[in-house]
Amino acid sequence: MENRLEMRGMTKRYGDFTANDNVSFTLKEGEVHAIVGENGAGKTTLMRMLYGMEQPTAGEIAVNGKPVVFRGPEDAIRHGIGMVHQHFMLFPDFTVAENIVIGYEPQRKGLFQRKEAASAVRSLSERYRIPINENAKVSSCSVGEQQRVEILKVLYQGADIIVLDEPTAVLTPLEVKELLQTIRHLAESGKSVILITHKLQEVMEVADRVTVLRGGRVTGTVSRSETNADDLARMMVGRELQQLSDRVRLEGKPLLRVQGLNVREKQTLVDDVTFSVHHGEIVGIAGVSGNGQSELLEALTGLRAVSEGKVYLGEKDVTGQSVAAIREAGLAHIPEDRYLWGTAKRESVEENALMGYQRKPEYMRRGVVLRSKFRRVVEEWVERFAIKTGSLHLKEQAGNLSGGNLQKLIVARELGQNTPLLIAAEPTRGVDIGAMEYIHQALLEKRNNGDGILLVSSELTEILALSDRILVMYKGRIAGELTRSEATEEKISVLMAGGSVYGSSQAAM
Amino acid sequence: MELFDWSLVSSTIRMVTPILLAALGGALCSRVGIFNVGLEGLILVGAFSAIVGNHFTGSLLLALLFAALVTVLFSLLFAYMTIGLRANEIVVGVAINFLGLGLTTFALRAVFDVKGAFYDKDMAGLPQWQIPLIKDIPVLGDIISGHSPLVYFAFLAAVLLHFFFTRTVTGFRALAVGMNATAARSLGLKATRLQVLAIVMCGVLCGMAGAQLSLGQVTMFTEGMTAGRGFIALVAMMLGQAHPLGILASSFLFGLMDALSIRLQGFSLPTQFTAMLPYVLTIAAMFFLKDKGASSAGSSQQSTR
Repeated sequence: MENRLEMRGMTKRYGDFTANDNVSFTLKEGEVHAIVGENGAGKTTLMRMLYGMEQPTAGEIAVNGKPVVFRGPEDAIRHGIGMVHQHFMLFPDFTVAENIVIGYEPQRKGLFQRKEAASAVRSLSERYRIPINENAKVSSCSVGEQQRVEILKVLYQGADIIVLDEPTAVLTPLEVKELLQTIRHLAESGKSVILITHKLQEVMEVADRVTVLRGGRVTGTVSRSETNADDLARMMVGRELQQLSDRVRLEGKPLLRVQGLNVREKQTLVDDVTFSVHHGEIVGIAGVSGNGQSELLEALTGLRAVSEGKVYLGEKDVTGQSVAAIREAGLAHIPEDRYLWGTAKRESVEENALMGYQRKPEYMRRGVVLRSKFRRVVEEWVERFAIKTGSLHLKEQAGNLSGGNLQKLIVARELGQNTPLLIAAEPTRGVDIGAMEYIHQALLEKRNNGDGILLVSSELTEILALSDRILVMYKGRIAGELTRSEATEEKISVLMAGGSVYGSSQAAM
Repeated sequence: MELFDWSLVSSTIRMVTPILLAALGGALCSRVGIFNVGLEGLILVGAFSAIVGNHFTGSLLLALLFAALVTVLFSLLFAYMTIGLRANEIVVGVAINFLGLGLTTFALRAVFDVKGAFYDKDMAGLPQWQIPLIKDIPVLGDIISGHSPLVYFAFLAAVLLHFFFTRTVTGFRALAVGMNATAARSLGLKATRLQVLAIVMCGVLCGMAGAQLSLGQVTMFTEGMTAGRGFIALVAMMLGQAHPLGILASSFLFGLMDALSIRLQGFSLPTQFTAMLPYVLTIAAMFFLKDKGASSAGSSQQSTR
């Protein structure tokens, strides 16, 4: 069978840094080919070269056997390559159909033929069995629907090669399942799919072949039938993965107590939530995103007003206190959205690391920040968490770090606060296996040292791996509580969907 | 003299025109993601250049074209600084306002050698169009007929702009650029070109707004004769949610206030007091706008990778 796409000896250097070193990659018709690797392994660079967003230093690309040179995304689109970006490129106030046809609108004498657009989208959606409502506004669509809009958009543009960049990072477990079915179906109808990911279960479920990248080089291309998740992990990380250390059994005193917490804003967002986190305990909050978890965390950390109820940190009533006062009382926070709450994208790595430390007496003398003293601490974090900071090192703009490296910086910063309570929201979103392992280990060590952690995650595996107790949120309420021993993925899924689990202990203090 | 009668409606229609034209121009900019606070300066430049054109050519059509041309040049300066040099659009807009005021005051002396105001009794103003048939209808005829061509142009412009945004492909793409410029560029849309086009059209509309001020009612130019109408247009644009038909409604509200304030002077109320009316309404309008300020793209920050 002929290769639909061939990339030979692709090399990309930025100054002294080699992002891709002699990478070769082939894609057959109707094939799902996964590219896996840790953050900074060169997946993104390779795809940017394929999509015309970067020019390779060396190497060649051939589509359907013919050599091509892409100067920009338009060239790539014209050759049938479509990219579904990790961050969606959508227009919230337009309808689904408008978002799909934009740039290639059906028109007559300059007038936009919206009916034709809608019916074209309708038939495309039926043909590839990708369900959407073409007349809905994108702003009212769930993340999963928005992703389907993106996929239909590249199909509408005539793509035969579809690149999906970390497509499952933002989806709920059910949406992931649907997406994987869609990918299979696309392959069966003759499209070729490149799947960029670091979630190996998904790779094993859907890919035909897998190419593993490490440090900018290919460590191997294998077919799925000849490999397994453990082998792939080893190829990615370059060593054996470690087991999490044992958990010490601790009977600590209550650290965070939340009583009858309500957050209302037009409608009730958090509805009468009561729970506690003890010293030496990780409490996990599971739930489909949008069921009040974000609002609960914002209320606990002082970012959002509490409508009713009390929050105690230790013996101190911190209800309605300012963020600074709550942090002072002994709380650190790894926020859910690392761009919105976690970092100042346009400032340097060093200044982002400094946030929250600038008033501490160790680093401030008479109103002047002792930068050189602090810099040593940041250097240590960068070293310990293997944060890839780019050519300017600590002076690099935070926004130029990859998502995973930025996340590691935030985790390092918040762990460094050494507070009794840590709120960790999606602590490993978008980070690779090696870093995830490290972050999980660090969280567990913090627990074993007698500190309390409130963990919110949409990854059930993460919740199950770390939590001592699991609370499931549904529509702003705590729908159920499970202990570590009784929790299973099935039980949590049922609670997440609004069902009830018999035989579980009721939510209680 | 009564406070409310039919001639109040007629004068409202005249007062609304410059505000409506400028607000539509502002809406064009706003819809492609540019907040143009320079409307005031652009109108003033339009008003002055219309008089200059009229004085030197003696033709009203050429005067309007000259006003449009000069205002477009001025708005291109705004476009170059905001898009080309990526300067802050508020700062540039404020600069345009002061530049407009200073430049017209200076040019008034340089060209006509007068201070404060220029008036030529021989100069013809814009004609009053008497529309056949309609002018003979009682009441309605007095209201609709007998305005300057620019009045009708303003209302037509609102409808055309609405059509442009809702029905044409270019209008659709312009909206896309305003909503998410990064995404628009990633699709290969010519975002910059659409933005410049919108600013140029805004210049044309503001030029016409100025011409209506200096050639429509009275035929004269006074320093700073816009008297904040550009800012009122800005508020009308926001109150109308940058929607052409919404702007039509909100501009009417401000036009009515303008007309009322003149009418009230007939009731021996001090001018300084009645002249406050439109601005009082502006402040009142802000209460309705408080939650609806232009939603910035700040909440949808995207990773650069």
